[in-house]
Amino acid sequence: MLQLYQRTAHELHNLLLNKEISAEELNLAIFDRIESVEDKIAAYITLTREKALEQARAVDQQIKNGERIPPLAGIPVAVKDNICTDGILTTAASRMLAGFVPPYSATVVKRLEAAGATLPGKTNLDEFAMGSSTENSAFFPTRNPWDTGRVPGGSSGGSAAAVACGEAICALGSDTGGSIRLPASFCGVVGFKPTYGAVSRYGLIAFASSLDQIGPFSRDVTDCALLLNIICGHDPLDSTSARFDVPDFTRFLVNDIRGMRIGVPEEYMAEGINPGVREVVEKAIALLESLGAFVEYTTLPHTEYALSTYYLIAPAEASSNLARYDGVRYGFRARETSDVMDMFMKTRSQGFGAEVKRRIMLGTYALSAGYYDAYYLKALKVRTLIKEDFDRAFEKYDLLVSPVSPTPAFRCGEKTEDPLEMYMSDICTISVNLAGIPGMSIPCGFVEGMPVGLQLMGRHFDEGTLLRAAYTFEQNTDYHRAFPAL
Amino acid sequence: MSHYETVIGLEVHVELKTRSKIFCDSTTEFGGEPNTHLCPVCLGLPGVLPVVNKRVVEYAIRAALALNCQIAGFTKFDRKNYYYPDMPKNYQISQYDLPIARHGYLDIEVNNEVRRIGITRLHMEEDTGKLVHQGTITSTPYSLVDYNRAGVPLVEIVSEPDLRSPEEARAFMEKLKTIIQYTGVSDCKMEEGSLRCDANISLRPAGSGQLGTKTEIKNLNSFKALYRALSYEVERQTGILSKGGRILQETRTWDEEKGVTLPLRSKEYAHDYRYFPDPDLVPLVIDPEWVEDIRNSLPELPDARRERYMQEYGLPAYDAGILTSTKELADFFESCLSAYPNPKAVSNWVMGELSRLLNASGMDITACKIKPSQLGSLLQLIDEGTISGKIAKTVFEEMFASGKDPGDIIEEKGLVQISDVNTLMTVVAEVLASNPKSVEDFRSGRERALGFLVGQVMKATRGKANPEMVNRLLKEKLLQEKL
Repeated sequence: MLQLYQRTAHELHNLLLNKEISAEELNLAIFDRIESVEDKIAAYITLTREKALEQARAVDQQIKNGERIPPLAGIPVAVKDNICTDGILTTAASRMLAGFVPPYSATVVKRLEAAGATLPGKTNLDEFAMGSSTENSAFFPTRNPWDTGRVPGGSSGGSAAAVACGEAICALGSDTGGSIRLPASFCGVVGFKPTYGAVSRYGLIAFASSLDQIGPFSRDVTDCALLLNIICGHDPLDSTSARFDVPDFTRFLVNDIRGMRIGVPEEYMAEGINPGVREVVEKAIALLESLGAFVEYTTLPHTEYALSTYYLIAPAEASSNLARYDGVRYGFRARETSDVMDMFMKTRSQGFGAEVKRRIMLGTYALSAGYYDAYYLKALKVRTLIKEDFDRAFEKYDLLVSPVSPTPAFRCGEKTEDPLEMYMSDICTISVNLAGIPGMSIPCGFVEGMPVGLQLMGRHFDEGTLLRAAYTFEQNTDYHRAFPAL
Repeated sequence: MSHYETVIGLEVHVELKTRSKIFCDSTTEFGGEPNTHLCPVCLGLPGVLPVVNKRVVEYAIRAALALNCQIAGFTKFDRKNYYYPDMPKNYQISQYDLPIARHGYLDIEVNNEVRRIGITRLHMEEDTGKLVHQGTITSTPYSLVDYNRAGVPLVEIVSEPDLRSPEEARAFMEKLKTIIQYTGVSDCKMEEGSLRCDANISLRPAGSGQLGTKTEIKNLNSFKALYRALSYEVERQTGILSKGGRILQETRTWDEEKGVTLPLRSKEYAHDYRYFPDPDLVPLVIDPEWVEDIRNSLPELPDARRERYMQEYGLPAYDAGILTSTKELADFFESCLSAYPNPKAVSNWVMGELSRLLNASGMDITACKIKPSQLGSLLQLIDEGTISGKIAKTVFEEMFASGKDPGDIIEEKGLVQISDVNTLMTVVAEVLASNPKSVEDFRSGRERALGFLVGQVMKATRGKANPEMVNRLLKEKLLQEKL
């Protein structure tokens, strides 16, 4: 018999409706689980037990009053610690923001609250979401529940690990170059990066504004659709959030992909990919074909430039976005400084970790007079070419599939000494951010006992096709039911 | 004076008087306790995003059209990156290569010569906060920062280097201020910082087509400071050049007390702003129909209004210029005309008594208690002979102080002019009887004695006697008795 912390949100919703459990019991079960495994996983920076229980009791009251409760009411949804929560410590896993308590909540947090979801806590990440393993957290690394000697992926490693091991039912993360999909893949959960503009970024501590997007983690595709229903939609506080008709995403939960045209970009299956991962992914593709999809290999010719393009655009934006952390208004301030410029320099030297500083320097350089045209402007042009690759592909295909990462979760410390090696983990995911299209990771098998994710990529605002393919895959496999033994 | 030609270009910042800030809904109100006009957005807290205030774009277009600019069909915001503690984000959201407007001009008149001064561009940006140093800027132990002003909308207006003297620079600023005020998008109060300017100035041999090395002058807080600083700089640069020296390209600050420009430490101010498009804001596509609507809503601008005052009202250029120097004054003047359609008479009163009282009390026309219709009735009362011109001035002062109707004041104070012959004759007789010496003087041919006697009658009637009648009656009487 499954424990409460192993169930999905939609299953738990039925248990709540049938009064088999109370929301308070559910949340207490989650905190019991946290108590027993958090030592090994370290998914959370901050736990908000009292808040979660209070929210849960409010939901129980609604149930008691015979009110209709929305699908995620009472369900614990963890939030990545780079998403602002009013009155609750929000650090972006940086020493720079140690002690920072925002006076406002992100739009997604307000939407979750309005939907009755409870907040168990704020999850760990690579500092300012810069990294692929959650080892760049200024506080502590998060471990992979499938093998605590391995990384959970990053940067949303805390959210992925929490959902994977039952420390939360669902979670929110953010994805700038793969930060939802990579940890979802490494931890064996569903992760979704929506179309750029589908979800408000208001309250998300910016890393690279033109690439950042908030998205959900869940145990199955149904929960993913339920979360998208809550977080998607126009927000007047975010100029880049799109005005579009948000569908009920659950209507795409159809076990049928007959006639769907699926392309497999050969660049994503090229050498460098772990043979085990290749085998698992090829098997998954074969399954999609056997379920009636039309599948063929295709090409995204500018893929080889994606990584360098990304590492110009993202750091350039980051260098400006992170300029505000200077010790004047909030967060960390260096002691014993001689004047204001000295204070800025010491604060930033001591407050940021090595990877953040590396990217600030890269970005500052790329935007500097005399280099702007050669680096930043050139990168913007290549970004357009990458987008056009996808546009062309989507003339022929409804969906593209690939591995999320060339390897399964790597060992802790394995790549921390070599930033470039670490950057390569995102080779399959960053193009999706550059193009602004939706991308998803679903569990599709195991290699070396570690989960492997299948990446689905779709047209702008065509989240529905991804969900439909993912749901169909899920209905015909059992990978999503696997639970790590801790 | 010299064989050098002066070349000046101005960079003007104008605060737009929208109710809320450029990227959030915090108030733009001037003053207020430090750090009270704030929200997470204008404080640049982690995670916040800017959303452009449409009214700011409208005001910028309004100002740009009044300055004869071309409005861009496509415009965007960029980030200007530099570190300074008065900037919440350590970048300023501004416009770099695609400003909202370009290619404008305005006409100035100096020494009866009209010159057209080009306007390179006009763009929108956010204002910064304000540092309050505890001590002087160089010796302060610590500084406080007030972010109330951070995010207040600005337009920056950049002139072409078309100005040729400090006089022209001042005339440009005065004209710019008048035009912007007419459009209603800014108060343009230099003392509150809603109008600010920096000047670029260089000299070159007269007739040369090349520009000399320029200096940038900051801290110009009044028209007077602008004029004095530029005059000083012309002299300083002339001195250096005529001795064969070279001008250092630098930023200098105007020291009002010492009356000199001084170099600002140039090292810290050598910036690479690393401009790039702000990814948090989407580019704006400006609807030409919207621009036309704004153009059609512009009021008659000062040049056109001045011209009309000369043509339609027959006023001299000087009068027309003063009356149209602010929209409020011109509106006041025209409202008076609808009550009393004699432009010259109204102009005399507005430019004379009214200006005198306004100046003396340091008020501007918007605070004036006298309604235009009241000035009209006053002039009517003079025409009807109810009061004399002299009494009218007393009544006017009272109107200025209390805002009461002239009729009420006249009644309250018993100031109605005495034009009754019998009453006046009695007073005249008394005055003649008690001033035999003056009567004698007049009769022996000293005409000036008449003035004294008129004065005595006025005094006896507390100024209410109809002066023309007094004059006539006195003369009659004196000449009669002489016979």
